[in-house]
Amino acid sequence: MTQAELRLCSLLLQEHFGEIVEKVGNSLLRTGPRPLRLLVGDTGLLPDQVKKALCVLIQHNLVRYEVQPRGHVEYEARSERILRILRYPRYIYTAKTLYGDSGELLVEELLLHGHLSMSCAVARVADRLTETMEDGKTMDYSEVSSTFVRLADTHFIQRCPMVPESPRSAKAPPPPAPALAIAEKDMYVVPRLSLVGKGKRRHSCNEEEEGEHKAKRQKQEGGTSETPPDDGIYWQVNLERFHQHFRDQALVSAVASRMDQTSSEVVRTMLRMSEVTTASGASHTQPLSSNEIFRSLPAGYNIGKQVLDQYLALLADDPLEFVGKSGDSGGGTYTVSILWGELGVPRPETFGSRCARIFRLLLRKKHLEQKQVEDFAMIPAKEAKDMLYRMLSENLVSLQEIPKTPDHAPSRTFYLYTVNVMATARMLLHRCYKSVANLMERRQHEMRENKRLLEKSQRVEAILASMQATGAEVAQLHEVEEMITGPERQQLETLKRNVNKIDASENQVDETIFVLESFIESTMKRP
Amino acid sequence: GRGRGRGRGQMTFNVEAVGIGKGDALPPPTLQPSPLFPALERRAAPLPGGEEGEYMLALKQELRRAMRGLPYFVKPGAPRRDIERYSDKYQLSSPVDSAIDWNPDWRRLPRELKIRVRRLRKGRTAPLIPKKHVALDKEETIKKLESLEKKEEEVTSEEEEEKEEEEEGKEEEEEEYDEEEHEEETDYVLSYFDNGESFGPDSDDNGDEAVY
Repeated sequence: MTQAELRLCSLLLQEHFGEIVEKVGNSLLRTGPRPLRLLVGDTGLLPDQVKKALCVLIQHNLVRYEVQPRGHVEYEARSERILRILRYPRYIYTAKTLYGDSGELLVEELLLHGHLSMSCAVARVADRLTETMEDGKTMDYSEVSSTFVRLADTHFIQRCPMVPESPRSAKAPPPPAPALAIAEKDMYVVPRLSLVGKGKRRHSCNEEEEGEHKAKRQKQEGGTSETPPDDGIYWQVNLERFHQHFRDQALVSAVASRMDQTSSEVVRTMLRMSEVTTASGASHTQPLSSNEIFRSLPAGYNIGKQVLDQYLALLADDPLEFVGKSGDSGGGTYTVSILWGELGVPRPETFGSRCARIFRLLLRKKHLEQKQVEDFAMIPAKEAKDMLYRMLSENLVSLQEIPKTPDHAPSRTFYLYTVNVMATARMLLHRCYKSVANLMERRQHEMRENKRLLEKSQRVEAILASMQATGAEVAQLHEVEEMITGPERQQLETLKRNVNKIDASENQVDETIFVLESFIESTMKRP
Repeated sequence: GRGRGRGRGQMTFNVEAVGIGKGDALPPPTLQPSPLFPALERRAAPLPGGEEGEYMLALKQELRRAMRGLPYFVKPGAPRRDIERYSDKYQLSSPVDSAIDWNPDWRRLPRELKIRVRRLRKGRTAPLIPKKHVALDKEETIKKLESLEKKEEEVTSEEEEEKEEEEEGKEEEEEEYDEEEHEEETDYVLSYFDNGESFGPDSDDNGDEAVY
């Protein structure tokens, strides 16, 4: 793990789980898998604190454990999973666009709690939705349940590995840690539950007597006296599936920008058809016959079969190879190539569009001499020189020597510029991690600097709220508002604007991180 | 060529090939580390706005705020004070370090992680109760259970334990005086309770003034 990744993981853990969890996570990340007592020694925390932190981390799938052959349990941090915390807003937003409010809240609850049982998740979401509805209305469990089932069917959520059910004989001592496992086929099977009920409001005036009883029940975190029917079956968000979705989106928009709307729709249809059949690491979708594609086109697109065939031919011929023809059965079968290739070129924007041209040229032609670069890019020699050297100093391009004579005499050697794609991608990724970490630290710094002012404004708001609840006059409210002076108000405004900007930037950089990581991953898997 | 003596200033490779022509000035050597904030040559592209961006921003901030409130956010336990204060009883108790406020499914976790939550009595940490008072505890508990209506008795039993625990003993009269005043539902806003720290070490002597 690079320093940048470590630092980012640290910050993410600290921001979302507190310093104790951060210390434990840090120790695991830096020194690798270790057992509990070594962790306690390393971090200098109390054993109970470490245990608590580990429970939290395991609950959220950020740490896994394994029973070693010697008998003790070792814990290992999952760094790539910790980095995903940055992407939580994107997952939730995607769920919202696909499955509406219930989908959004279901994914949010699963992310906030790590994993939940279906009954628990549905209950929580129904309660939350009920809160936002008008008085007297409640959200029925069945609606939320159906969204849950749809999420499971399209693989956006999956079951967690389960505790083995084998009955332990009285003689054999129970293992120090359960070996959780789940079969591939069971991963998306929704248990048959008849979840009946409606969401409950937290403060409902109608049900006075039950209100207290319910409040008590809600206080217990996820525990009722009777065991729920789906005891032991937990669900988690399937991040890989979301990544697949993002990738599909990127492909479709790339096609749309390169060709036209209709062709992008064709590609989108093809991708949708193979959503569930494509393994997450595959480089191509399963072959789809054009007849099938024709049948699955969305209703609004009344293009004839001939036209569709033409589009497919066009897409297949495109040098970018989005779509490949893989056979003639059923009117020609096509696959969508899910490699990243040209998509992973975000960088040269900082150097200007001319540099971007040179960069793309080098990517395409692999190796070029100085003179050739000038000619192909149609850029005057001096500028081209300057840009090449700047990119060279930033390690975006590199020089390759090709000697003409065995003594490598410099005057008789070709010097070619080339782009080492993988190295460049990795370097950019590293920079991205660093950027996000810097952004987070800056944001925390801003908040710390203005802590006093923030606390004051919170207090004032609390006072205002309570006064409004008890029905104070406008003049009194005004007086309380005056407690925050003009310049202070401005300061708060500036702070809010800055923090928003930094947060938005973090989201933006995460998008780039996603593209780069996917590119590197898919390129490494290529045979 | 070697570059020393004859033909000084020559490079080992053909300078022309790389593109530096004859007579071009090379940049001056750098004598210090690069500046902390180098000047930006061109401004960064503006952030994409729009509904999606705004919504994700709001989500992000909301998530951050929500996670702080969940039990998964492990706060370090309140630092152990040197002396047990009377007002500690009335302060909102933070979750004790050793307890877990949510119920994980223990079947899925290694056994060594299970924390035994020791039963506490009204905000006092277990280790402080000396062994010889365990019997007294039980007695008090039974008494308390039997006479739930008489809150005074409960308070009395608490007072007695408090008394035994505190390093500075409390006087009898103060105790009885407290009894009436410190019922669970007091008319006075507890946040106004001044535990007298600011007044220095004499506060406990002036029993009448410190207690409201």
